[in-house]
Amino acid sequence: MRYAETGFNLEIDLSRGSIDRVETDPKDTELYLGGLGTNAKIMWDRVPPEVEPFSPDNLLIFGAGLLCGTPATGCNRTIVTTISPQTELMAFSMMGGFWAPELKYAGYDKVILRGKSPDLVYLWIHNDKVELRDASHLKGKGAVETAELITKELNEPNAEVAAIGLAGESRVFFASIEQGRSSASRGGVGAVMGDKGLKAIVVRGTKDINVARPEEYNELCNEVMEYIQFRNENPIPGVMPILAGIGSPQEMKVHDEKWHTENFMWGNSRVRKRDFWNEEIAKDWKETMESMQRRLISCYNCPMTCGATIQPPGKPTYMMKCFSKLTYTMAAFSDLEFGLGIAQSATEYGVDAFSAPQVMAFALELLENGILTDKDFPGMPEDSEGRFEWLLDTIVRREGIGDILADGTYWAAKKIGKGADEYAHNNIKKTEQLPLKLSMLNPIYFLMYATGEKMNITQIEGQFPQAPFATREEREEFVKDWFQVPDEKFKQIFLDWEFRGENSMPHYPTVQMCCDIVDWQEKMHYIDDALGMCAGLSSFPLKPPYHIHNYPKFISAGAGIDMDEEKLTQAAKRYRTLVRANNTRRGMRRKDEKPPENHWKKRFPELEEELLSTYYDFKGWNEDGIPTKESLHELGLDYVAEEFIKRGILKDDEDAPAQ
Amino acid sequence: MGVKKTKIIKSIKVDADKCMGCRACEVACSAFHATPKYSSNNPARSRIRVIRHPLEDIYVPVYAGEYTPSECMGRNTYKIEGKEYDECAFCRASCPSRDLFKEPDSGLPLKCDMCESVPELDEPLCVKWCMVDALIYEEREVEVDEDEEDVKMEEMEAGIESLVDKYGLQKVADILARKSQKS
Ligand code: SF4
Ligand code: SF4
Ligand code: SF4
Repeated sequence: MRYAETGFNLEIDLSRGSIDRVETDPKDTELYLGGLGTNAKIMWDRVPPEVEPFSPDNLLIFGAGLLCGTPATGCNRTIVTTISPQTELMAFSMMGGFWAPELKYAGYDKVILRGKSPDLVYLWIHNDKVELRDASHLKGKGAVETAELITKELNEPNAEVAAIGLAGESRVFFASIEQGRSSASRGGVGAVMGDKGLKAIVVRGTKDINVARPEEYNELCNEVMEYIQFRNENPIPGVMPILAGIGSPQEMKVHDEKWHTENFMWGNSRVRKRDFWNEEIAKDWKETMESMQRRLISCYNCPMTCGATIQPPGKPTYMMKCFSKLTYTMAAFSDLEFGLGIAQSATEYGVDAFSAPQVMAFALELLENGILTDKDFPGMPEDSEGRFEWLLDTIVRREGIGDILADGTYWAAKKIGKGADEYAHNNIKKTEQLPLKLSMLNPIYFLMYATGEKMNITQIEGQFPQAPFATREEREEFVKDWFQVPDEKFKQIFLDWEFRGENSMPHYPTVQMCCDIVDWQEKMHYIDDALGMCAGLSSFPLKPPYHIHNYPKFISAGAGIDMDEEKLTQAAKRYRTLVRANNTRRGMRRKDEKPPENHWKKRFPELEEELLSTYYDFKGWNEDGIPTKESLHELGLDYVAEEFIKRGILKDDEDAPAQ
Repeated sequence: MGVKKTKIIKSIKVDADKCMGCRACEVACSAFHATPKYSSNNPARSRIRVIRHPLEDIYVPVYAGEYTPSECMGRNTYKIEGKEYDECAFCRASCPSRDLFKEPDSGLPLKCDMCESVPELDEPLCVKWCMVDALIYEEREVEVDEDEEDVKMEEMEAGIESLVDKYGLQKVADILARKSQKS
């Protein structure tokens, strides 16, 4: 018997309309766990670098995490993997909500889609009954609306729906896939779904998911629950509220937005409003949130209520989470009422709430600076709010200038020319980043930004405090119950970390320490993405309930795979390297690994190069960021090395790049 | 009339205003009732189900109650504070009109047993897993007649009744006869 996983994937060829249920190799689970790990393996095996994002040969994989469907609190993530139209690299966007467990209960670990359907269809998975159904009547419908319509027409109120809106159908490069209170937003995974002619995947499952050692697994789940309770009652002192608790950032509960509004940038990630927050705004925004919010809500099997149902006046109810609360507001220099309102349309259209507002602010900046002219914006209203609504509509319909903007700031700037790329200034690997501009280089963040392949800092950071604590006493207090560290040395690094003097940034933590810290933080995210765990209970917050010490036990007792910390670390390293190998094969190199020029005012070019070289070496990659033959061999990835040599990416006799 | 004795009445107070639809209660219940205990998970087997329509702000945790062989003749819908609830939303019955509270494979009815087990739990598992306190466990003592008892019997009867409905009395009787010969 297979434990935790079902042992079956669904293979759908949309061109031919074929549906196959395929048994998977348990050996792959041992090597790559599940979710992201096995997704990366499938991409490596089946999507060579010649395949373009909108080719029928591109795969779109919905992978439920290995432990989804077991009672592990907060384990509900679907990892959506494809070749991104935006980056042309492997995207692995992840969504919470209710979809992944339902897929497991229907008897599948993944849905793997290839080809393109000639007509718009949706996929209906009901246990063993799987069919492609006509979706022509859903064309142009909102993502939330689509879910409602489908569950009604099937008369299946308990089915879970992952759907695209108009943006996905129009192949907007930052189109999302929306699901319940969650979405897979980064990398344009919704555009690939639209390109494949797939409007939605609907799942209902009523089968069992088994665990290998029930009593033990139950005990582990209880411990986690108790620790969640403990952490909810004991926020971490000395850090700002948003970092003190666990769960996703509690944007729906926290009304005090002084920190975000005064430290994050407004407009096209340009303007810092240092004295923005005052009593009047605080009162006003609180009223807005309270008048529109209907209820705080959670994902499947989680008590954290990080999301909320929101009902803007005159608009339908939708579900919101995290920082999308402020991205539209701040990009448009507006207020919360506007932000919560336009987010309703944006959710129905299905766009990434990080990229979309920045693309629109970028367009307006180009207009202000004469690179685009009024002629490019026929009929656009005068006020900022009206302009954003207008831009959103033209982008998701790909009308006029919207057709260019729909490719995101990087590609749009290339098409527009005339120096427009100066305005696409907040990208890493062609992807819009959080609107943050800071003063002095933080070496830990430098490495995370540069080498991240999920294109989102929140998907790499966590665990290690973002800044030193002021006093030694506070630091000592913090490390006292910091049992999540993989090694005692992290406590010492943190204890010695100061704001000023010898032990301060950018030269402390030392280069070597930075490598250790970044590696640990990244590793935890990669493990989450294979198991299907919410980062909010694991890799993202300080002192989380899931960590490197209890994860091996969860995998052993849950999936019946003999696991310890070392083996788990090795497995995570294996598929992390495989993600990089996919991207290396698609041309990603050291030159691509850099944070935006203006991310920090004060930069240290030499130190940055040293950081990157040392980190590459630490990871088993060569000077150009390519995994070496030797490190690939150690991870059992000789097949990657062979192909690298065949393609001239590595030379046979040495690890230096061929060109 | 039998002798009076005291009996503990276990009840769960549902505060639907606090429910946020996470389904942790369903997860816990299905794991607890797996054989062996906690060996599998399947909310479709849970004896508590959450009727959930987030966009309409509807969240109703419902406990599995009695089995009924036939559905109601008339139906009611409720409107409470502007929210319209589905037909049968508040009903606890395992009933032919819906797939709620039936074993997914056999179709046999499910019924909440308050997590009766040896050793006894401090509180039912769904209550323990509902960390936002939408489910609150209460015990109170009442006096009852001695013979009015035995939930187990009742449950067995409901089970047999549903088998009879499904396969016909004769078949069930035949099987029972065969079984009793064997033992
Ligand atoms: S912590 Fe928040 S985002 Fe994560 S699973 Fe729970 S409710 Fe969802
Ligand atoms: S565990 Fe509580 S909050 Fe969650 S669905 Fe059940 S009753 Fe509602
Ligand atoms: S009390 Fe026990 S049997 Fe009843 S619904 Fe809750 S967990 Fe299930």
